[in-house]
Amino acid sequence: MKTIIRNGRIIDPANRRDEIGDLIIADGVIGSKAPEAEDQVIDATGLVVAPGLIDIHVHLREPGFGWKETIESGARAAAAGGFTTIVGMPNTLPVADSPSTIAWIKDRAAEGACVNVLPTGAISKNLEGEELAPIGSLVQSGVVALTDDGHCVQNNELMRRAVEYARMVGVPVLDHCQDYNLVGNGLVHEGYWSTLLGLPGWPAAGEEAIVARNILLAELCDHQIHCQHVSTAGSVRLLREARARGVKISGEVCPHHLALTDESVQNFDTNYKMNPPLRTASHVSALLAGIADGTLDVLASDHAPHAKFEKEVEFDQAPFGILGLETELGLFLDLLVHKTKTIELPRLIEMFTVNPARLLQLQAGTLSPGASADVTLIDPDLEWTYRVGESKSLSCNTPFDGWKLKGRAVRTIVAGKTVWAL
Amino acid sequence: MTADVRWNRKDLLGIRELSAEEITFILDTADAFKQVGTRDVKKVPALRGKTLVNFFVEPSTRTRTSFELAATRLSADVINISAATSSLTKGETLKDTAKILEANHADIIVLRHSSAGAAQFLAERVRASIINAGDGAHEHPTQALLDLYTIRARRGAIAGLHVAIVGDILFSRVARSNIFALLKLGARVTLVGPSTLVPRAFEQLGVSVSHRLDEVLPTVDVVNLLRIQHERQRKEYFPSIGEYIRLFGLTKARAKLLRPDCLIMHPGPINRGVEIDSDLADGVQSVILDQVTNGLAIRMAVLYLCGGISAR
Repeated sequence: MKTIIRNGRIIDPANRRDEIGDLIIADGVIGSKAPEAEDQVIDATGLVVAPGLIDIHVHLREPGFGWKETIESGARAAAAGGFTTIVGMPNTLPVADSPSTIAWIKDRAAEGACVNVLPTGAISKNLEGEELAPIGSLVQSGVVALTDDGHCVQNNELMRRAVEYARMVGVPVLDHCQDYNLVGNGLVHEGYWSTLLGLPGWPAAGEEAIVARNILLAELCDHQIHCQHVSTAGSVRLLREARARGVKISGEVCPHHLALTDESVQNFDTNYKMNPPLRTASHVSALLAGIADGTLDVLASDHAPHAKFEKEVEFDQAPFGILGLETELGLFLDLLVHKTKTIELPRLIEMFTVNPARLLQLQAGTLSPGASADVTLIDPDLEWTYRVGESKSLSCNTPFDGWKLKGRAVRTIVAGKTVWAL
Repeated sequence: MTADVRWNRKDLLGIRELSAEEITFILDTADAFKQVGTRDVKKVPALRGKTLVNFFVEPSTRTRTSFELAATRLSADVINISAATSSLTKGETLKDTAKILEANHADIIVLRHSSAGAAQFLAERVRASIINAGDGAHEHPTQALLDLYTIRARRGAIAGLHVAIVGDILFSRVARSNIFALLKLGARVTLVGPSTLVPRAFEQLGVSVSHRLDEVLPTVDVVNLLRIQHERQRKEYFPSIGEYIRLFGLTKARAKLLRPDCLIMHPGPINRGVEIDSDLADGVQSVILDQVTNGLAIRMAVLYLCGGISAR
């Protein structure tokens, strides 16, 4: 099977390539020279041809919570969002803290997922932060990173040992940064709106304390810690300073933390309840500055499906999180490239491909000859309206229903095969 | 002017969304109902044939009783549901419970709930009138209305007065509703209490924040003391009741700093000897029992106005 994608703007940051040309796919991998005869021609005139996008922060809810999302439905949502590789978080039931659960996830993905699904393993047993999960065995079973996402190891000594151990087995540690004492039962950003509404505040310092801790431990252990869903100005400042000194620390940003502020919670709509919470415009500005100068170098969704009946409850009783896979590319293109002009398109693609691939040492995120033909075709100027009713996800918890966005994926190709097209 | 023109809300969810005119209109309406309580026959037929559900997910005696009496005096049929007797304990959601009440033709649901936003949540989902009787630390609109009514009855007007609210402001829905109402009607508000319970963020709401009660007391027309609930709170907010009294309790010595015509208020239940000296609570400056009596008139007015809208 030979495919030629003609006349697109090929942007392959891993190879510093940005040019109009043809991309050849032969037998599921990127080819180097044009075949004598092709089976399929895709006209990409006016489109961007990018390495398949990678989202390293996704909740696929299986095993255990299949009514919210399955590995199969989450993968279809990913494909519809332009993603060819997604990394699932371990807060499932059972928790992904044993090789058998990892094997189950990989089997389910192999059976039903139309994109590459990569598992992570827990740092601590049952995400309890008390004792180490079998990290070595998890890595042997194929996890690409360790994280207690949704939870945060509070014991600095345990976290230190986890990072040291992760260094030995060669995977990075991803951390949901939340100091439990400082945050308490916090629900929304601590500030004007929490004061006005009488909702328990989630202070910025509750994230920053753990980001600072992680910087110290990354330095102490000389190993990569990646801070998930960075949401505050102080976190950006800490990361910037540490990265300038060469500390192996990094951070990702989620679209909702740029597109929305804490003002959105004023009607107690639980589709604006996420963890970390929506923050103020000054925090948003700091995140944009962090993206502009490379302090934050990975984009991710924190795709967190929850059923309608679970979200349609009192604000404090609703679970945190929103859908993300089908809106994140559009939101980031719209906000970062078009509206704020924080970065240009090639850099956005870098943050969705080569950067996460390097962080997790994945064989992905490039259009190098011989690489698996994971390709995303993007129309960066296409104006469209997101309709959650058309979502591939099993859930509908999003604040972005009806949003008009500029830019989206139009075709998603995994190992040479089109798995979704507009 | 008639109710049709000046009131068009089926729900009373909070003070924040009300205009000064709407607040004044409720107070004026309560004036009429207050007189009903002085008659031999303390009952009017305004809500005859209507069903009111007192849905108290969080415990309350004072507010629930006040609403029940108010509804009874308006000739409504009243049902009381508490958390323990509701299906919420069996895992039914708030939405489903409310839908069941509605299916039983409840016209007005008075909701007390521990979650901020719970009243608005219901109002968006059922046709019945929703009256917020306290939602988490968010709002307690009828308490603020009865407080304003009491102040207005004693002082003639709200505008230009200086009101101190003392105590646990951070966790207080009474404080928030009072702040919104007092500011809308032109009063000046100073919040007093430990910095942990009266964070400076409140200044963004348009009030002053002080941690020195002695400096504030001589300047105020009203001092509203909130209940201190050390036993229920996380202990890190202040070290002890003893220290609280030393810094923020309205003791007899401190009361000497008050102007003679300064009103002493408390939403209750009172911790005698903690936020307020026991004798002061019963003293000439105290209007604590007026607040209770006025609460009945305010709740009759609110039920009458909102119940009248839901009928259409």
